[in-house]
Amino acid sequence: MDSDEDERVPLSERPEWADVKPIPQDDGPNPVVPIAYKDEFRETMDYFRAVYASDERSPRSLGLTAEAIKLNPGNYTVWHFRRLVLEELGTDLHDELDFVNSIAKSNSKNYQIWHHRRWVAERIGIEAASLELEFTKEIFSLDAKNYHAWSHRQWVLQALGGWENELDYCDELLEEDIFNNSAWNQRYFVVTRSPLLGGLEAVREAEVKYAVKAILSNPGNESPWRYLRGLYKGDTHALAHDPEVSSVCLEVLKEKKNFVFALSLLLDLLCYGLQPNEEFSNAVEALRPSNSGPPEVNLKETICSVLETLDPIRSNYWIWRKNNLRPSSEV
Amino acid sequence: MMGDLEVEKHVQFVLSVEKKKDDFESVAMEHIRINGAYWGLTTLDLLGKLGVVDQDEVISWIMKCQDESGGFGGNIGHDPHIMYTLSAVQVLALYDKLDVLDIDKVSSYVSGLQNEDGSFSGDIWGEIDTRFSYIAICCLSILGRLEKLNVQKAVAYIVSCKNMDGGFGCTPGGESHSGQIFCCVAALAITGSLHHIDKDLLGWWLCERQVKSGGLNGRPEKLPDVCYSWWVLSSLIIIDRVHWIDKEKLAAFILNCQDKENGGISDRPEDAVDVFHTFFGVAGLSLLEYPGVKAIDPAYALPVDVVDRIFIGRR
Ligand SMILES: [Zn+2]
Repeated sequence: MDSDEDERVPLSERPEWADVKPIPQDDGPNPVVPIAYKDEFRETMDYFRAVYASDERSPRSLGLTAEAIKLNPGNYTVWHFRRLVLEELGTDLHDELDFVNSIAKSNSKNYQIWHHRRWVAERIGIEAASLELEFTKEIFSLDAKNYHAWSHRQWVLQALGGWENELDYCDELLEEDIFNNSAWNQRYFVVTRSPLLGGLEAVREAEVKYAVKAILSNPGNESPWRYLRGLYKGDTHALAHDPEVSSVCLEVLKEKKNFVFALSLLLDLLCYGLQPNEEFSNAVEALRPSNSGPPEVNLKETICSVLETLDPIRSNYWIWRKNNLRPSSEV
Repeated sequence: MMGDLEVEKHVQFVLSVEKKKDDFESVAMEHIRINGAYWGLTTLDLLGKLGVVDQDEVISWIMKCQDESGGFGGNIGHDPHIMYTLSAVQVLALYDKLDVLDIDKVSSYVSGLQNEDGSFSGDIWGEIDTRFSYIAICCLSILGRLEKLNVQKAVAYIVSCKNMDGGFGCTPGGESHSGQIFCCVAALAITGSLHHIDKDLLGWWLCERQVKSGGLNGRPEKLPDVCYSWWVLSSLIIIDRVHWIDKEKLAAFILNCQDKENGGISDRPEDAVDVFHTFFGVAGLSLLEYPGVKAIDPAYALPVDVVDRIFIGRR
């Protein structure tokens, strides 16, 4: 509920609007989907249509768009007209950021708001970088996975800068919630794109350690497993032959808990050429359900069979993986 | 026991949407009424009930939403956006009435939104998103004017949004998200560019989206939601990996999200229904070949018979 709703004076009773004739929405004949309007909203929009139709780019129009946006921040045309008015009046855009702040907190999933925010920040330029990073931070304190805010933040970093503390910030968010896939994605974004870190190769060793630590704290967490693979960026040979990678799989398998992703990665490592020693075979063998049939011919098939039983919702995927092993299976 | 699809009640729900007085939801829908028309009317068509709405009224209203630029607004007198333009074209296609359009004008509006790097803006203000790439490609393909785009660059931009997990984000480096993945996969399908996708890697990511309840989520560790039945499922079908998920459990999840008294489908069981999730629920069941629901095309998001009519007629 809007707290200042009681104090609102209808536009039709405000002297500064006496010269404007409101225009109702034309719903066409017998609207397909008839719209029921709340009175206040209807009145505001009727006046909005009037200033929009006469293209009145004035301070009172700016105020009116603010009222309309507060009633319905999703209305695309109102935002569109507001930008035309802002351009015409040469308004201080820092004030506009404050206005967006007041709207965004309660409507952080609205596309229009983010688009508008970016338009404003783009015009302010480099000095907006720190403001925007701070602003998205506030949004993440309410919803750490807000897709629009992440997209905005990535744009800010690339267009306006501010990379210095970004890896630390990812760390901070992951400390709060190690399952936050958006923060993992941002971490990958930083290590692959930051102009300050020297590229993926330069950070790989440290990042592998980071991912391994996260995996060991929560082996059922999909995100660090995918992050770990991503650090090799399609270099399957390097992935398969990095002992850090195979040993984290082994360690998780030995714990015998939440090991679906560990088995899945081990399967891929074997397909990419890892030669397993007995320790791997024993760890996998220990996971075979007691009621399963005779042992498979090779380790890869055993892994698929275990996954087929323990991840039943995706059993068809694991069966497919198993069938696909046949042509090149010499383990 | 999940029970059946309440076809008649969903039809009544779609027809009654927004008749409720003083309902803020309906007020907030005014500006996207043309999207609402697409969701509602496509639902009716999938259920074999498109005839309950007066076709001429719909078409004359749609045409009043067109702006002089050739693009369509969300309602009469509203500013044009590529999103509303696709909905207008899709609704006209449902009725086999694409001929009422000045096709060159609409396609010029859409192709005018392509940027130098191959991406698309949603409107004159320049917001860029792979959603708009899909919309532009889908729209011009329906209109038979794909050649008006630089398809090669459009595809290259989409491919630049591919992530290490096989998925796609809204811009290069953006987190993989089922909705964005649908847009990218469908756009690549329409342009004959599916070879850019690592189907096994993406397929596995997509089937990891199925959670214990049978529903699908949009990203790791998020709640399942009926609308992802569409985005995940259509992507899986396009890359030919749909058999990797448990289809029966998914159908049961969708059916559990029905309001069995008043019709409509919600995002999750026991939540409030809306026309958006009603469409995606019915469309999801259509992809699951639920009896009595017409087949929907996973890339164009229109009934298969409508898509066939468009393309067979053109050959
Ligand atoms: Zn949803």
